[in-house]
Amino acid sequence: MSTVKPEQVVGATAADPFSGPDAHGHFGRYGGVFVGETLIAAVEELDKVYTTMAGKPEFWAEIDRDLKFYVGRPSPLYVAERLTAHFGGAKIVLKREDLNHTGAHKINNTIGQALLAKFMGKPRIIAETGAGQHGVASATIAARLGLQCDVYMGAEDIKRQSANVYRMKLMGARVIAVESGSRTLKDALNEALRDWATNVDNTYYIIGTAAGPHPYPRMVRDFQSVIGREARQQSMELFRRLPDALVACVGGGSNAIGLFHPFLHDTDVSMYGVEAGGDGLETGRHAAPLSAGRPGVLHGNRTYLMTDAAGQIMETHSVSAGLDYPGVGPEHAWLKDIGRVNYVAATDTEALEAFRYLSRMEGIIPALESAHAIAYGCKLAAQLPKDRIVVINLSGRGDKDIHTVAGIDGIEI
Amino acid sequence: MSRISQTMAALRAAKRKVLIPYLVAGDPDKGTTLALMHALVAAGADIIELGIPFSDPSSDGTVIQLGAERALREGTTLHDVMDIVRQFRAHDATTPIVLMGYLNPIEIMGYEAFASAAQAVGADGVLIVDMPAYECAELFDAVRPRGLDTVFLVAPTTTQSRLASICASSTGYLYYVSLKGVTGAAITDKGDIKSKIEHLRTMTDLPVVVGFGIKDAASAVDMASISDGVIVGSALVDAISRLHRGGVATPDDLAATVAVIASIRSAIENIK
Ligand SMILES: Cc1ncc(COP(=O)(O)O)c(C=O)c1O
Repeated sequence: MSTVKPEQVVGATAADPFSGPDAHGHFGRYGGVFVGETLIAAVEELDKVYTTMAGKPEFWAEIDRDLKFYVGRPSPLYVAERLTAHFGGAKIVLKREDLNHTGAHKINNTIGQALLAKFMGKPRIIAETGAGQHGVASATIAARLGLQCDVYMGAEDIKRQSANVYRMKLMGARVIAVESGSRTLKDALNEALRDWATNVDNTYYIIGTAAGPHPYPRMVRDFQSVIGREARQQSMELFRRLPDALVACVGGGSNAIGLFHPFLHDTDVSMYGVEAGGDGLETGRHAAPLSAGRPGVLHGNRTYLMTDAAGQIMETHSVSAGLDYPGVGPEHAWLKDIGRVNYVAATDTEALEAFRYLSRMEGIIPALESAHAIAYGCKLAAQLPKDRIVVINLSGRGDKDIHTVAGIDGIEI
Repeated sequence: MSRISQTMAALRAAKRKVLIPYLVAGDPDKGTTLALMHALVAAGADIIELGIPFSDPSSDGTVIQLGAERALREGTTLHDVMDIVRQFRAHDATTPIVLMGYLNPIEIMGYEAFASAAQAVGADGVLIVDMPAYECAELFDAVRPRGLDTVFLVAPTTTQSRLASICASSTGYLYYVSLKGVTGAAITDKGDIKSKIEHLRTMTDLPVVVGFGIKDAASAVDMASISDGVIVGSALVDAISRLHRGGVATPDDLAATVAVIASIRSAIENIK
């Protein structure tokens, strides 16, 4: 598959608005390094190490090998024919990240970061997780490399994602329940930051999305960009042209930026990031900072947040644990402001509906996170002529969510 | 000269150590915070760090997290924090107040609005835990012309190249973080702290005050002996957690709550 590597140019300029971040991690006014002093040296060191490694072909060759033989890449680009016929518009095409080892895109990132941890000589990794997919991907790679692994997970999420908790434990990771704050993903991130500040000498923190302090947003984007590079090449092979639209769900934004980034310069390709609309944007009960939030600072970066008028972070609501996060990666904040990507929302109800029709029409049970992208992507396709192509990122499979959906149906498994 | 610098100069001239308690504004409620601040001064506090409660205090340990949660349950906002300072200032014209917290509430209020409110109510300095100096240009433009000091943290992990820029950006005092970790953890490496502070002395004339992990008279004496003084947070916030919200704290309750500060005051009084 494509070996075109992440851009080495840094710094968004007027000439190229897509070349960010700059040396301090800024995408326009977003991003940066907003952490306590204790962690600054650690993120600066990580930035240096990553910048050096990213310049080495051997580093990418090792990642490519793992992606091929361990993860099973490339993931197919699949034409969903019945879905396309049903909606009657543009061709609906799915990028099958659900077929990756561990069942989601998250492993693309953990493979890369764990390699950095090994190179930096850190015997222990920590991770935060919401849906449990990033926790599983971290536990997986830790088992394979023989690293100690502790995963922070909100007590609330431990309840709704018990299967993933057990998977992590099977692979030797310790899952630490976070009881502070709203007991979900944001609080798991706080707790991981506290752990990192305490154990900074022997610990590598694998952040699971394209957020956090610089260099994480850049690094996670680079590792996830394999999605977009493959999709680009596969689209050329299958259709002899690029897609007309890309659609991905946005929690912290890693699967979305991974799909979008290699297409940013292709101005004819429109892009849609789908946030969790929860009960509906108008109810205030959602997790859609780009659609309905405002800029602020949380977890190391300046970005769009769900923050109240007093500057407190608000509780978020989504049927999907992986989208239940009040912030979003800073590059998305930038892409929103310059108008390159459209950010929209799908409600819980729409996502659940998509979860069901994708299962029935294509025999693919999507993750509830990905179901948000399916919901919006199908709506979009229905409005477009038949000769258009819409690529939807199917970021993960839905095995982890069957208890949640069964529960909504009043069935106990 | 700022109120903080005057206080520091007077202490230095008297060869006394500075004692800076930290408490969360609005914990357990606004009225009690105000009463506690006066009680702290009576117990020997020289400067007060008043915490702006935040929903996601990622540099704090459990004790201060819970303090922030109590304050937020009371609905404490940054405007309320300013109001507490204004009321305190009405009865105490000399004790400096440093507003300490995380960036988001200040960012949402706006730097200009924050700085003008802080000046108007009689606050003296700001310490933003998650905002490194090189992100502060706009904030400095707002707070410096209003005479507010800008305090920064130095950590055991701070590199030499960052030290110079932190010293250049700091006014009032330097806050030396005694350990790798969060507030309320235990100090493990006294020797390292001593040599780091000695090194800092070669770079700045600012007072160096040690915080994080000082929980009693013994640890305060250890740290004050090798620095200009100590900051005490978790030990005080832990005592505050035993006060009841809403009820009027009696003078005895207040004295019992600030007893840890009084005992540290007398313990560090004999260090030369
Ligand atoms: C399958 C799946 N998709 C999407 C997400 C959201 O994360 P991101 O926005 O970083 O892709 C998650 C997070 O847990 C996930 O498990």
